[in-house]
Amino acid sequence: MNRGLVPDPGAPLTPSGNLRRRQLISRAAEIAATAAAAVAIAVLVIVVWTVVGRGAKAIDLDFVFTGYPTGVGPMLLGTIMISLVATAMAMPLGVLIALFLTEYAGTRGARPLKLTLDLLNGLPSIILGLFVFALLVNHKQQSAFSGSIALAIIELPLIARGSQEVLQLVPKTLREASDALGVARWRSVLTVTLPTALGGIVTATVLAVARAAGETAPLILTTSVFDPKAFAVNPFEALPNVPTWIYKLSEEGNPEGFTEAWGMSLLLVSFILFASLGARALLARSKRKLSSS
Amino acid sequence: MSASATAVRGNRVSPLRRRADRLGDRILFGMCALAALTAGAIIVLVGYQIADGASPAISKFGFGFVYETVWQPNFGVFGAGSLLFGTAVTSAFALLLGAPIAIAIGLFLTLLAPKGLGAVIGPLVELLAAIPSVILGFWGLLVLAPFVQEHIEPFLHSSLGFIPIFGAQETTGLSVFTASLLLTIMVIPIIASISRDLFRSVPAELQDGAAALGATRWEVVRGIVLPTTSSGVVAACLLGLGRALGEAIAVSQVIGAGSELQSSLFKTGDTLASRIALQFPGALTELHKASLFYCGVILLVIGLAANLIASWIGRRFSYSGTLSW
Repeated sequence: MNRGLVPDPGAPLTPSGNLRRRQLISRAAEIAATAAAAVAIAVLVIVVWTVVGRGAKAIDLDFVFTGYPTGVGPMLLGTIMISLVATAMAMPLGVLIALFLTEYAGTRGARPLKLTLDLLNGLPSIILGLFVFALLVNHKQQSAFSGSIALAIIELPLIARGSQEVLQLVPKTLREASDALGVARWRSVLTVTLPTALGGIVTATVLAVARAAGETAPLILTTSVFDPKAFAVNPFEALPNVPTWIYKLSEEGNPEGFTEAWGMSLLLVSFILFASLGARALLARSKRKLSSS
Repeated sequence: MSASATAVRGNRVSPLRRRADRLGDRILFGMCALAALTAGAIIVLVGYQIADGASPAISKFGFGFVYETVWQPNFGVFGAGSLLFGTAVTSAFALLLGAPIAIAIGLFLTLLAPKGLGAVIGPLVELLAAIPSVILGFWGLLVLAPFVQEHIEPFLHSSLGFIPIFGAQETTGLSVFTASLLLTIMVIPIIASISRDLFRSVPAELQDGAAALGATRWEVVRGIVLPTTSSGVVAACLLGLGRALGEAIAVSQVIGAGSELQSSLFKTGDTLASRIALQFPGALTELHKASLFYCGVILLVIGLAANLIASWIGRRFSYSGTLSW
């Protein structure tokens, strides 16, 4: 029988037997988890590396500022227009929804609305393309405006949820001070709550724009037949835009087109990466500031 | 008149101002409520418009459309069976490969990574989700597909070729397999970031208690972390599934647009979403368009179901349910 409490002085200090096996399994799991993270980072690096390496060759001043075939200026201009119009629709609506969630809905009323926003967020973008096509384009002509509506629907839940998170962080003491002075609710919302949360709302919007700017599926159905030479800004006709042009070039299989597509990819990816990273850093900072005050 | 009475009168809000405030309150509430209703109305309207667009195909083919596999626009015969099959295969593959990797990343970020490193790697993994699908698809077409065709597929075919899904390959590298790999890349950041938030919410006392009883790190994960978060992880996987089902552009760039049912992953195929993106702009007959809308109906039903189940499961958790992008 084991005498128990007196350890064998000659026993090795390294674990053996069952304990050794368990520690090896644990070690293997740790290595596997680290490897998984490394794989994901590696994929990101490879994709960005390829886009930068192949896209940089295509980009010069002419590429950015002239029309087809020397450059992609009209596409850039069109994408900016489409995103601006989309954001002009989605931002006020999203902020109002966020205000409804924080000011009026209460916890029980907020649940169905949050579910609605989650469902909107989960709608495949090609479905939104079909929707806007059926609503505005069918039997009529394509227009950048209909593309903007699809992008606005993509941005809406992102802006609403992002703004709601920031609005919730506005210190209660500020609101209470405003209430104690007898200020009406709408005045305190407009002059106290919104200005305090403004920075966070803007960065949430930038994140949403970065997400929507690269969407291709809705634009293929709404604004894909255009003249790539003309700098156009009228949102009620089809406008040239970056995503559908990359898509078209990738389907054509022409090496020169590929170079052009890599160039556009680089411009688009660098906008999206810088906007996302910058906005995220700002958002984290303003959230920290709000919750500490 | 006493001083206090003056003060009271001075504090009194003028009737005009009070009326303006009441009106302002109502207007603000009205606008907010209207915006909230708009969000709900958009969902309803999307469902209505898609179903309406599909109605000619629904009345012509009925429910048989869902399992019939013949798709011949020139003859006016449409069936989404092979597309549904392709959608199921690519999404299942993406989840089977992507979910374990993503969960492992979530564990790495919460339990293993030093704080500074985790704060860098977490956002980088989420950046994967920010790359537009058209660019990921373009990269898949020109970089991933040739690599898969030259290295991965021959290797899998020669070593595991006795299993039908690793059958003979195509010459181009455009295949269900390549498309599934792209979808895997897309679902990983979604599942990883949600499961990281879930794992962070596991009480530290439970983990410390297990560790104090002599559990190794892996045993803490097996015994404490995963069991307490399992339903949330399932919800995260369903959200990833919703993403994989609905991806149109990147899949259409690399899947090769085949129309037949193939058991081999290395053959071409097609999914519901990718068929819409590929054929809708060139669809000539109304029936062709309506059939593509019918594909949209199927997609919408499956996608909404996945998201609803996910939010139903995930309701008990406080994770935000949406990626910040």
